[in-house]
Amino acid sequence: MTDTTRERQGSNLSQTPAVADVRLEDVVKRFDDSTAVDGISLEIPRGSFFALLGPSGCGKTTTLRMIGGFEEPTEGRIFLGDQDVVGRPPYKRDVNTVFQSYALFPHMSIEGNVAFGLERKRVPKDELKGRVAEILELVGLSGFAKRKPRQLSGGQQQRVALARALVNHPRVLLLDEPLGALDLKLRKQMQLELKRIQHEVGITFVHVTHDQEEAMTMADTIAVMSGGKIEQLGPPTELYERPATAFVAGFLGVSNLLPGTVEGADAIRLDEGTVVRAVLNGRSGQVAAGVRPEKISIGAGGGSNELPGTISETAYIGVATQVVVRTAAGTVQVFAQNMDAGGRIPAPGTNVVLSWAPESTFVVDRADSVMEEETE
Amino acid sequence: MKRHALTVYALLVVGYLMLPIAVVILFSFNKPAGRFNYVWEEFTLDNWVHWNSILGIQDAIITSLEVGLLATLVATVLGTLIAIAIVRHQFVGRGTTNVLVFLPMSTPEIVLGASLLTLFLNTTAIFQLGFGTIFIAHVMFIVSFIVVTVKARLIGFDRHLEEAALDLGANEVTTFRKITLPLIAPAMLAAALLGFALSIDDFVITYFNAGATQTFPVFVWGIARVSVPPQVNVVASAIFLVAIALALGNVFWQYRSAKKTQGAT
Ligand SMILES: Nc1ncnc2c1ncn2[C@@H]1O[C@H](COP(=O)(O)OP(=O)(O)OP(=O)(O)O)[C@@H](O)[C@H]1O
Ligand SMILES: [Mg+2]
Repeated sequence: MTDTTRERQGSNLSQTPAVADVRLEDVVKRFDDSTAVDGISLEIPRGSFFALLGPSGCGKTTTLRMIGGFEEPTEGRIFLGDQDVVGRPPYKRDVNTVFQSYALFPHMSIEGNVAFGLERKRVPKDELKGRVAEILELVGLSGFAKRKPRQLSGGQQQRVALARALVNHPRVLLLDEPLGALDLKLRKQMQLELKRIQHEVGITFVHVTHDQEEAMTMADTIAVMSGGKIEQLGPPTELYERPATAFVAGFLGVSNLLPGTVEGADAIRLDEGTVVRAVLNGRSGQVAAGVRPEKISIGAGGGSNELPGTISETAYIGVATQVVVRTAAGTVQVFAQNMDAGGRIPAPGTNVVLSWAPESTFVVDRADSVMEEETE
Repeated sequence: MKRHALTVYALLVVGYLMLPIAVVILFSFNKPAGRFNYVWEEFTLDNWVHWNSILGIQDAIITSLEVGLLATLVATVLGTLIAIAIVRHQFVGRGTTNVLVFLPMSTPEIVLGASLLTLFLNTTAIFQLGFGTIFIAHVMFIVSFIVVTVKARLIGFDRHLEEAALDLGANEVTTFRKITLPLIAPAMLAAALLGFALSIDDFVITYFNAGATQTFPVFVWGIARVSVPPQVNVVASAIFLVAIALALGNVFWQYRSAKKTQGAT
């Protein structure tokens, strides 16, 4: 490759990040008695940090394993770049995986583990040594090259697993809940570290997790999965501010869903009679108006949507005070910021008016919301 | 007080276990008066120096070693492959195989020996009793131990290890060579040693299917009816010493590798 083509490709990358590195078309995976993945289509742009988020058993691992080549889809097609890879064994796919259990080879040293992929590619000894040392440096484990995996802590093992995959410069790196086994503090630290490493190496990351906070902090794009299907796909802010379904609204953070009926171009009449304005996105009929707890102000002035109610509980949780307000439309949760030390939150029993902006009001299907309330 | 009681008890048990062996070793240095080496007469080293002076004893030992090594080798390869098939693959008859593999371990030896003889006698066109039939019989019972041991090891280690190797660009053969085999090798070795010991030791099944060929146990049985020369004790003692040496070697090796990994920390 000459320098000019390299340059051109480089600039292409930065101008059109929409080159799909991974593309799934209507992928279905059925096991003997169950459908694990039920028709998934998605495109993952080159160089992005993509998260598959969903509750346990929703098919995240299965999706990842199909991209890696450990399972074959029952239906549909999987592309890496422009090549359909269905039927290709894992060792002929330019992807590497970080397994949840790390899967470090116990009989090899850290060095041996990291060098395994390069040895398979017959990388010359000198280059191999250099690359192994370099990647161990990147993950901060330079002094551990000669140790055996069982002589490392969980977090260190996790970084070896990462180094072992990254050293091969794969097109895509697949991570299956790699932080699941770590304690909270270490997990937070590793989240930032992973993000830094991804910036540094510029490889596409596909990260599986059931932790919404982890997905939100790390990913450029999140696909929320449920029951083998993608509920919604988009950047974290979009999923949070404009969830498309009650499931997404409930899975990413807390939300208040108020059942009602669309009335006019931008208004919903709640079942109890109040009219609130919302971003309808062309919806009509029976819906639920949704609003996040931190967007609601206690007292008028928070926006043109208003709802009267009675405070039933308050709980001080440090950064905010959690307030539960009983209204005619249902129970509403409010997170009131603790801006100053004085307790401005009215006591339980006080009648208040809740207010919020129409732009902060999203709309989801009502059928979902009814179901969700039942399960709660 | 309690600890002493335990020590005494343990020593008694060891003594109880070791007494027959001690007698065997002791009588390998005896110079018997008659044809039977049952009464202590006087000390001699002649038996050890002329250990092969009894007609047929050397051939019997060689046959035993040949059968043991060959059968263990073949059974180890075969048993390992069976274990991998049972643990890692789905196929028709997997459950049946899983059960059948246990049969040679649970069936009385005399039944196995007699049944095998029936089989061989009905297929004389293919099998003549002798080295070949002994070998087949030994492979059959060693295989069970190999399969059971290797299977336990395969189930015990993370399946993702093999997937990780595939993921890192190793094809199936390389994955087996670099990952699976090193991980099951200790189990294979342990099972093979046990299999070899069983083979050297086996009398009942071998006796049924040996024809005119003699392994060491069959030789001893034959000669015991007319005389028991002290050379039999010599060979038995030698086998015991080799076994002890192997066991000590193993302990030493483990101690050394444990120290090595500690040194790396
Ligand atoms: N090999 C298999 N055979 C049969 N069913 C399977 C198999 N693998 C997965 N499943 C089923 O497919 C569904 C999805 O499994 P999957 O492992 O993809 O879930 P997940 O989203 O990764 O869950 P978790 O967060 O708990 O890891 C589950 O209901 C599971 O029982
Ligand atoms: Mg999973």
